[in-house]
Amino acid sequence: MIASKAGRVVGKLAQKRGSGFLNGWPRFGAYGITTTSAKRVPSTEEAGTSQSGHSSDWNQHRLTEDQLSFQALASDFARNEMMPFAAEWDERKHFPVDVVRSAANLGFGGIFCGHDVGGSGLSRADGAVIFEALAYGDIGTTAYLTIHNMCCAIVDKFGTGEQRQTWLPALTCMDRLSSYCLTEPSSGSDAASLRTTARKDAGSTDYILTGEKAFVSGGGFSDVYLVMARTGADGPSGISCFIVEKDMPGVSFGRQEDKMGWRSQPTSAVILEDVRVPEQNRIGSEGQGFSIALSALDGGRINIGTCSVGGAQFCLDTAQEYVSTRKQFGKSIIDFQNTQFKLADMMTSVVASRLMVANAAAALDANAKWATPSAAMAKRFATDTCFNVCSDALQLHGGYGYLKDYPIERYLRDLRVHMILEGTNEIMRLVISRHMMKSKA
Amino acid sequence: MKILVAVKRVIDYAVKIRVKPDKTGVEMNNVKMSMNPFCEIALEEALRIKEAGKASEVVVVSMGGPQCVETLRTGLAMGADSAIHVSTDTPLYPLAVAKLLCAVASREQPQILLLGKQAIDDDANQTGQMVAGLLQWPQATFASKVALGDKSDVTVEREVDGGLETLRLQLPAVITTDLRLNEPRYATLPNIMKAKKKKISSITPEELKVDIQPDFMILEVVEPAKRKGGVMVSSVDELVDKLKNEAHVI
Repeated sequence: MIASKAGRVVGKLAQKRGSGFLNGWPRFGAYGITTTSAKRVPSTEEAGTSQSGHSSDWNQHRLTEDQLSFQALASDFARNEMMPFAAEWDERKHFPVDVVRSAANLGFGGIFCGHDVGGSGLSRADGAVIFEALAYGDIGTTAYLTIHNMCCAIVDKFGTGEQRQTWLPALTCMDRLSSYCLTEPSSGSDAASLRTTARKDAGSTDYILTGEKAFVSGGGFSDVYLVMARTGADGPSGISCFIVEKDMPGVSFGRQEDKMGWRSQPTSAVILEDVRVPEQNRIGSEGQGFSIALSALDGGRINIGTCSVGGAQFCLDTAQEYVSTRKQFGKSIIDFQNTQFKLADMMTSVVASRLMVANAAAALDANAKWATPSAAMAKRFATDTCFNVCSDALQLHGGYGYLKDYPIERYLRDLRVHMILEGTNEIMRLVISRHMMKSKA
Repeated sequence: MKILVAVKRVIDYAVKIRVKPDKTGVEMNNVKMSMNPFCEIALEEALRIKEAGKASEVVVVSMGGPQCVETLRTGLAMGADSAIHVSTDTPLYPLAVAKLLCAVASREQPQILLLGKQAIDDDANQTGQMVAGLLQWPQATFASKVALGDKSDVTVEREVDGGLETLRLQLPAVITTDLRLNEPRYATLPNIMKAKKKKISSITPEELKVDIQPDFMILEVVEPAKRKGGVMVSSVDELVDKLKNEAHVI
């Protein structure tokens, strides 16, 4: 249920009044009015963010009027519906399906899909603005939303008219949730060596799928799984893409993984034992699956980069607030030149990451031949750089940065995996250099 | 039936307000602005009345400089049908706003004029009451429930200090909204796109024949006094003396 924004005025006013502030920073051990649960969740004030409203990202000049509206909507949603609860979701490993569905009701469930199937019909550049604003509030939940959007985009782009109409209307409004299944226990970076098979059933047009997929985001919760399985010979050209539903006989799930971060998002193995999948569930032609998977990852990589940027911006804002109020040696630590230089470098890093992501989004929107390496560069750069920004932000918080009372350590744990999934940053370098060598061949 | 909703662009509720060093006002540069939360509630109520089939049109109006258009766009994205921008750069205070609203309402002829009970920047809580007086319309302020009747009337439950008061008013009427009336919706992405096609008309105070010169001047804006530490008193007499002569509470 979407809570009243005006109601939060009352909440904020109440928190300001009686909650043990000293110089605007909560005294260690002083507990104010709790919000959602027995465990105290730091308010945005206490976390010291300047969500208080500066145009702190120096990006508005680059956005269209529409993008500014999208950004305002996504920021409000993140601030009101995600940020106050993110710490609790992380601690309890709670997947906030209701919040994710609320986001879908606003149009965030099928951002790139056509209007005819309930999508918002927006560009990759628009998506980058939206996801960055959402990631500011909670990375794990936003990351799931980006993965769901990636799956929807696959069906939208590569599905037949009938497949689009069959699957997308329920997916774009998130009546049904989706997951992407490529990685297996023994094929990660070497994705083309995957071993899940989809053999044609003699005497029908069905396929029988057998195999195991690992690290599936949404595993166990999603209704629809996009599974890459081998229909032909070894290597990428023998792989096809199938839609598998949760309740098909033979589908089961591994235990929910206990992860360092992204804890508000379920992750599990997906086990397929002789799962009968009708031919109309195959997306694209036989042998097209791998190129479909890779094409989806271009957008996915941009989205992951975007989440890194949003998270890093939050950490930077929070760190700036903290060092403005924390005093040592007789002055605020922001008065030390080292702190100022640190903040300047962090800001530069975040802006550079944002621009790399925006460049990749623009290249993908323009269908440029270099969209794939652009996305790889953006993902590699933004995820590495923003993780470091987050780590610097934690250092600026001193001992308090290490406590779960403050949100920084959660952002750090969340961002660490961005350097690994959707293609490790090492693989990104392979992608980039291959494209460089190809164009000079 | 047409509903007119007045909305105000204010500093966002989450912003940490800072007073300008020259004490002429509050820092507004580069500060996030939003629709006043009580105005959002007013617009939400109007939209619900329309969705229930009891109104045919919801018009939003806002007054001030060109940035008001952003707030009007948000209103259109939430679902209002059209918008009016009363364009002026003169600083506006409640009486001027009430006079302008009276003029706009006389043109638009709504059956209900909905406003937030107060703006979170000045906390004036005056505009709704004054415009009702100028229009000579009945008013119900601090509404926590609004129910349209079938005899061109509306029943409003008000939150007052003593509890709840229920009034029935003949339309046209002015209603100002309180916190618990409803939970405003977010604009959706498709509605943001659709809002671009909706009409925002512009008019000036001169065209409305309203004089908006402020009748007072703000001399100084200062922060509240910083909280002082507590003081231990040595006797009841000293306590009584301090309460009487320092704190002035007895």
